[in-house]
Parts: sequence; structure tokens; C-alpha cells
Amino acid sequence: MKFLERIVENMEPKFAKGAKLEKLHPVFESFTTLAFTPKEVTHKGSHIRDGVDLKRTMMTVIIAMIPCLLFGMVGAGHWHYVANPTTDVDVTSFWASMGPKIWYGLGVLLPLIIVSYGVGLTVEFIFAIIKGHSLHEGFLVSGLLIPLIMPADVPLWMVAIAVAFAVLIGKEVFGGTGMNVVNVALTARAFLFFAYPTSMSGNSVWFGGQPDGFSGPTALGELATFTSDDQASWAFQNISEFTSKYTMEASWMGYIPGSIGETSAVACLIGAAILLFTGVASWRVMVSFFAGGLAMSALFNVWGANEFMLLEPLHMIALGGFFFGGVFMITDPVTASQTNTGKFIYGFLGGFLSIMIRVFNPAYPEGVMMAILFMNVMAPLIDHYVVQANVKRRLKRLKTA
Amino acid sequence: MSETVKTKAPKEPLFSKKNRKLVIDPLEDNNPVTVQVLGICSALAITVQVEQALVMTGSVLFVLALGNVVISLMRNLIPSRIRIIVQLVVVASLVIIVNEVLKAFLPDMAEKLSVFVGLIITNCIIMGRFEAFAMAQKPWPSFLDGIGNTLGYGIVLVLVSIVRELFGSGTLMGFPILGDKVEGTGLFATDWYANNNLMILPPMALITVGIIIWVQRSRNKALIEDH
Repeated sequence: MKFLERIVENMEPKFAKGAKLEKLHPVFESFTTLAFTPKEVTHKGSHIRDGVDLKRTMMTVIIAMIPCLLFGMVGAGHWHYVANPTTDVDVTSFWASMGPKIWYGLGVLLPLIIVSYGVGLTVEFIFAIIKGHSLHEGFLVSGLLIPLIMPADVPLWMVAIAVAFAVLIGKEVFGGTGMNVVNVALTARAFLFFAYPTSMSGNSVWFGGQPDGFSGPTALGELATFTSDDQASWAFQNISEFTSKYTMEASWMGYIPGSIGETSAVACLIGAAILLFTGVASWRVMVSFFAGGLAMSALFNVWGANEFMLLEPLHMIALGGFFFGGVFMITDPVTASQTNTGKFIYGFLGGFLSIMIRVFNPAYPEGVMMAILFMNVMAPLIDHYVVQANVKRRLKRLKTA
Repeated sequence: MSETVKTKAPKEPLFSKKNRKLVIDPLEDNNPVTVQVLGICSALAITVQVEQALVMTGSVLFVLALGNVVISLMRNLIPSRIRIIVQLVVVASLVIIVNEVLKAFLPDMAEKLSVFVGLIITNCIIMGRFEAFAMAQKPWPSFLDGIGNTLGYGIVLVLVSIVRELFGSGTLMGFPILGDKVEGTGLFATDWYANNNLMILPPMALITVGIIIWVQRSRNKALIEDH
């Protein structure tokens, strides 16, 4: 640390006001404050006395994502070798022959992360320099979230375009970190989902470098293929077939194909524990999100009109990106509701809609993304009505008194 | 209004500075789409291909320039209480002419534009110019105003449609530019490139218009409103 500190101190005069590299001061500052607390502190009227600032908060989220990241790495490798069997790699068990799987997963994930951070930070730096403010920290988390919600096989140039679009249109247009209306990472995913649908969903994208003719949809994609026949007896048979292929345990542990970081509910739960323990994420949003998802799938289960609806609620929420969305996406404090009551409503509706979109529209099996983006837009409205309700209640109290 | 006072002034040349301003102003500083935010609906609907945008601009040019002249000629006869109805009748008859002409001579294009030709009637730019300009001006300035506003509208339409057609379908005016992954055709064909489907969907038109507005306002600070 001392060594780093000396380098930083030596470099500082070069970026000072009036010096040669003055224009690049935001860049310098953002890198130094990654490691060190800022030199300038609030002089007066500061009410919060805490060592935690935005950058520290963001780092907590990144640490919480590490289980998903590691699991996704193994997963990417595992499904690659399932699609391309070799004699050296044992694919009968998820945890067997970890070496080559991790190695392959690293080869998939590392370029994705580099591209995501590289493009996103470049856009952020350009804006920071034009506007002359210091670099916003917001992209630290988004930059890691984006690779985790991509299929392993997505071309890197698409990721680059999506990240540039999301940072520019999703965030900088509204004024940068803290001002965005919708979740940046989900904006990137939604962009790719609509712009390049063949690379984002369908049968062939979930495995790294699959040979031609190997078809492997995600669990939800496979579930969606059933819904063409609506005879009840068929539905029961299909669903038992489905649950024997994607067992409850496999779905929760994440031994199923899917986007890199989202498959494992357990890994997400570890992240959730970190976020809730440190108080970074709102438990109100998270708990009500899962409650909403369970409520909706339980309702559908009672109805039971097709395969989607027959799936048990606990199984339903373990599939797809529901856990990842519920832990890392909907809890984004910028785009969530701000009032406590609003957070409950926001989270509950988010989970509710996720399952609803999933079931009613098999073309969008990943309803979580749509639902969260939709709730992002609705969050200010929820807050407005919660505040108005409070105002009304207090007015009533005033009258009776 | 100052213009009405000037009607008694000696005859001014056809392309006086004031008249030229009528054509040039809407192109940039008072653009009907990017500054007044009118006619957005058609900017979303028919900017998927450049050809459509051009035909649409031509149609609006005819309707607005001629309609402005007609309204301007009738401006002293129209009772102000029913002026909107009279204006609507004028637009509607002009639009019907355009529609029939398109159907007769450009049947393919008429098919593609389908209902949007008819919807020129509801294009806010047209009623806006009738109300704001032609009702109080002589025919010649009204004619120029109609041309200027349509050109301003057309510029934005063509810009948006160039972006959308180039990146959405990889073509310009139907001519392949960017290669298609499947067919491998086009001027710059690459096997890794894929067309951006989002460009074909309406939201991207809105975002493209937004970016044009952004660029325009950062170049011309006078357009930025105070808060």
C-alpha cells in the first residue's frame, strides 16, 4: 500500500489545476479513489459519519456477485463440454474435472468482462472529461452485471454495442449515475434481446462453441415449446418429463444451461446474504420480490391450464433469471422505489409480473428482465401515490384533532 | 401583428430577406420536428426505409404548400368559429388527391405507406401551420412557409430513415450496403455482422430523433430552454 501511495503522490502534481494533464484529472482521481479514500472531505454540514461511500458500496455488490461469477465460469465450461464431448473431460457430474471447465469458462468470461468494462468506462470517461466532473462510480457494478446476464456464446462486438447504448441512452442522457430511470445492465440486455434475437435466445446460444445441429434450449425455453398443445392430460405428462430432466435440485443448484451468472439460485442466495448483511440492498424489495413471484406461480399452479402453470412455485422461481434479478437487479437503489411502503409494492409487483410475463408470453421466457424494466419506470409513480396517501392520512388526523 | 400592417407597404421582392427566412428558418432553428416536436408520429411510423421517408416528405410538401396557399386565399372568408372544420376539409381533400395519385402511379409504395398517407390529415405540422401562419398571411409567404416547414420535416425524416435503414436492414434506398450474415451480399459484406433488429422497431426512431435533438442543441445553445 505504501508503495502504491508513493506512486499516486508522485503523479498528483501532473494532474493538478493548470498542469499539463489537467483535463485528465477525473481519470486520475477515479483510479486513485478505487484504492484510497478521497483527500477532500466535506467541510461542513455533513450529517453522515461513516467510512462507507458510493465506491465502497459498489465494491460490496461486486463481492456479492463473486459466487455467481465463479459458478457461471464452471457452468460455461461444463455446458461447452456437454455439447462438445471429449474423452478428457467428465460431464456426467457438474463438479467433475474442474480444471478444463474453469479454464474454458475463464476464456469465455474474461473477454466479456474486459469488453464490458472497457467500453462502458470509455463512455463514462468521455462524459466525465466533457462535463469536467469526476468519474461516476455507477459503472463498477453494471460493468460486471452485464457479462453475467449474457449467454456464453454472445459475440463480443454485440456486447460492446449494447454496453455503449446502455451507458449512453440508459444513463448519461439522464445525467449519469444516480439519475438513470432504468437499470443500466438490463438496458444492455434488453437492447441485445430485441436487436439480435438470434444471438440472445433460441436453441443454440447457451453453449460455448457448439457444433452444428446440437440443440439445447434453456429450461424455460424447453418449457415454452410444450405450450402448443393444450390438452390437460398431455400437460401433466409433459411436466413430469420436464421435472425429471430439470429436477428441483438441479434448478436450485444451477446445473442447468442459462446465461452465465444467473443459473444458480444458491450462488445468488450467498450474494443476497452478503447484500442484506451489509445493508446494501433493501430487504423490503428483495423479500417482496420473491413473495410476488411465489404468489403468482402459486396462483397459476392452482389454475393449472398449461405446462408453465403446472410447475411448482418453488421450482418456477429457481429457473431462469428470477433469482439473479431479485438479488442484483431489482434491488438497485437508484431505480427502485424510495419509500418503504413503495419498496414492498415495487418488489411484489416486480416478482408478480416476472412470472406472469413468463407464463402468458412464451416468446419472452425471460420475463424477469421485462418486469424489472417495467417496474423501474413505474417506481416514481408508486412513490408518488405512497407519499400522497401519507399526506391524506395526516390531513385526516389533523381534522379530527 | 406587424405583418398585417405591412400589407399596405410597397410591393416587396419575391425572395426578400424575410421571405427567404421563411424557408430557411424551419430547416434548423425552428425545425418543426426537433424544436417544435410536431409530426413525431409519422417520424416513428414511416422511417424504416429512406424511400418511404422521401415519398412521405413529397406528399406532405404537396399538402402543406398547397393547403397553406388555399387557406391563405380564403383567410378573410373563413368564419373564425368554424375555421378548424374548414381547414380539415382542405387538408382532407388534398390528402385524398395524394392518396389517389400514389395508388395510381406508385402502387407498391402506397401499399407500404398504407394508412399513413391518410394520416397526413392528422399530422400536427399541417394544422399547426394553417392555424399559426396561413390564417394571417398572404398566399406567397404562406407557400414559402409550407415549403420550408416540409423541408425541415423531411430533413429529419430522411436522417432518421438513413440511420434506421442502414443499421436495421443494411441497405440504403433498397441497395445493399452492409453485408447480411445469411446472404453475404452488400458493399461491405462481413460474415460476423448482423442487422440490428431494434432499429426496425419504433422505439429506435424515437431515440434517433432524440439524439438528433441532442446534437442540434449542443451546437445551438439558444435552443436550450431555461428551467
